[in-house]
Amino acid sequence: MSTAATSKTASQADTSKTASKAGTSQTSQIPTDKLLRLYRQMVAIRLFEERVNDLYTRALMPGLAHLYIGEEAIAVGVCEALRRDDYITSTHRGHGHCLAKGASPDLMFAELLGKEAGYCKGKGGSMHIADPATGNLGANAIVGGSAGIATGAAFASKYLKQDRVAVCFFGEGALGQGILYEELNLAQLWKLPVIFACENNGYNEYTHFSESTAGDVIARAQAFGMATETIDGQNVRDVHTIAAKFIERARKGDGPAFLQFKTYRYHGHHVGDIARAYYRPKAEEQEWVTERDPITLHGQWMMDNGVADRAQLDAIQEELIAEMDAAMQFAIDSPYPDPSKVDQDIYA
Amino acid sequence: MPELATAVRELSFGEAIKEAIAEEMRRDPTVVLMGEDVAEAGTTFKVLVGLVDEFGKERIIDTPISEAGFTGIGVGAAMTGMRPIVDIMFGDFLMIIMDQVANQAAKIHYMSGGKWKVPLVIRATMGATRRSAAQHSQSLHAWPSHIPGLKVVVPSTPYDAKGLFKAAVREDNPVVIFEHKISYRKVKGPVPDEDYVIPLGVADVKREGSDITLIALSSMVQVALGAAKMLEEVGISAEVVDPRTTWPLDEKTLVESVRKTSRCIVIDEGYFRYGVTGELASIIQEQAFFDLDGPVRRLGAMHVPIPFSPPLEDVTVPTERQVFDLARQMVNR
Repeated sequence: MSTAATSKTASQADTSKTASKAGTSQTSQIPTDKLLRLYRQMVAIRLFEERVNDLYTRALMPGLAHLYIGEEAIAVGVCEALRRDDYITSTHRGHGHCLAKGASPDLMFAELLGKEAGYCKGKGGSMHIADPATGNLGANAIVGGSAGIATGAAFASKYLKQDRVAVCFFGEGALGQGILYEELNLAQLWKLPVIFACENNGYNEYTHFSESTAGDVIARAQAFGMATETIDGQNVRDVHTIAAKFIERARKGDGPAFLQFKTYRYHGHHVGDIARAYYRPKAEEQEWVTERDPITLHGQWMMDNGVADRAQLDAIQEELIAEMDAAMQFAIDSPYPDPSKVDQDIYA
Repeated sequence: MPELATAVRELSFGEAIKEAIAEEMRRDPTVVLMGEDVAEAGTTFKVLVGLVDEFGKERIIDTPISEAGFTGIGVGAAMTGMRPIVDIMFGDFLMIIMDQVANQAAKIHYMSGGKWKVPLVIRATMGATRRSAAQHSQSLHAWPSHIPGLKVVVPSTPYDAKGLFKAAVREDNPVVIFEHKISYRKVKGPVPDEDYVIPLGVADVKREGSDITLIALSSMVQVALGAAKMLEEVGISAEVVDPRTTWPLDEKTLVESVRKTSRCIVIDEGYFRYGVTGELASIIQEQAFFDLDGPVRRLGAMHVPIPFSPPLEDVTVPTERQVFDLARQMVNR
């Protein structure tokens, strides 16, 4: 299971050996309650996203949403290694990051439906969930647009002598944006506590990333002298263990890291992207869903290793289904904002 | 010009800005300034020379030539407990940072339902006739003025520059301040030694008059004052009003002046088309139409890329003579 956890660090000798055996040796150190929590959080995101898709299909949700289904292990594995006062920035495909960092599903659903009770009072919607209480600096609808914000939060943490870490989540599509490389340079130059978490789901919208990306992905970060790692993004224990190592390294003041997580987006670019065989073969989708699903894999691993039995996992799922249904209903029943509020919150 | 307190010195425009930054950095340890060659070099215009000696390189921070990169850091740092000042050497580089300014800084407060704040100051320069050609001479203050969520400051005097800059640093919103680069040394004026701020969104009547209102911004305030002096010699009394900020905008002061004089020219160094003069003229005509003796007229930068050669460049910017001629024609005296 650790085959994808390869080590490719360029200049940081101290970080170059650790990951190769992460899947087997290090994950056994994850305590049982954490293993269960990783599972629970992934299932929560999956159930949330399934309901988002349902809301869209039933025409109850304005606009669009970009589903995170298939990539849950990354948000969960990384955010479970963060403190509540650590920072994240997220993307247009951001529900998973927000939930994993501690957002409440009811306020998330309310925001997605444009309701007053939502995280942003209905002013942000799916692509702009933000929550200071959980260190969520905001999802961002500009690809690569939050690289500066995450690096800036890391700058402030260092300047103010806090020991907070910022994680910048972005998809491999952001590898085409210049600002990402400016931030990699600045982060490494100033040794800022920021983790660049590249979720490589293989597709820039409707285009395979091999058609948009020259050379090697992590070699780009290595060129700045940055610590890097490529990780199996479907293995939540690998994600968690390796992310935790680099997060604590950053927290100690030893600088940023660039982590590439290999993953897959089960759904289309957005909920309306149904007919997608022209850019992505069905067989490929099926293979990831059946062979590489992070929730199935982690559940099986826990059962194989005596951490949990099927009944326990089913109970977690049942409990979360009830929670998500209630959260969704709360949002459906919530009122819309009064139109008179349209020009509030423009200026502080 | 308001009444000034004791200990008033004459400072240049650039000295006043440096004093504002130094005072705010002394007052608030979360204020830092970052940009290209801002530390030992004191910026390419030498406006900040000496600040690094007092505040150190931890707070006067030299950056790589990565305007978007360090502006992005400014946005994130502003959200998380700091009050950064980002130094954009030439206003023309606004294009390079525009996503960070217009899509990020300007919208974060609103998009988050008012939860996150971005107390960021972006200082940029403006102004032509420095023989710097098309990519180092533009006056682009109309651009951020177009974006909800930003505040935009265009000071014309050392007194205003200091008070407005200090207010910008204390703002909880992103503020873009455009410093006219010719004014750095050329424009001098009285500046009190004391701590004062000028609230954003309050226009200033730089000269009172009764026949015509000259609404002018930044460098054009000096041009309007020069023209007013010439007009006085031919018996025309011109009032010069400086909005000082394009947003928030003190519409009331502008409109009241025009109601009194019944004539108005709006003068700005930004491009004539789709710019500040068009916006202000339309506000005047909407709110003072029945008090006007004729159409509001406008003078702005010619709609050409700023040329290099002096005789070409000089005709692109409104002059005292042009203001004088137009005003005289309008007053018909």
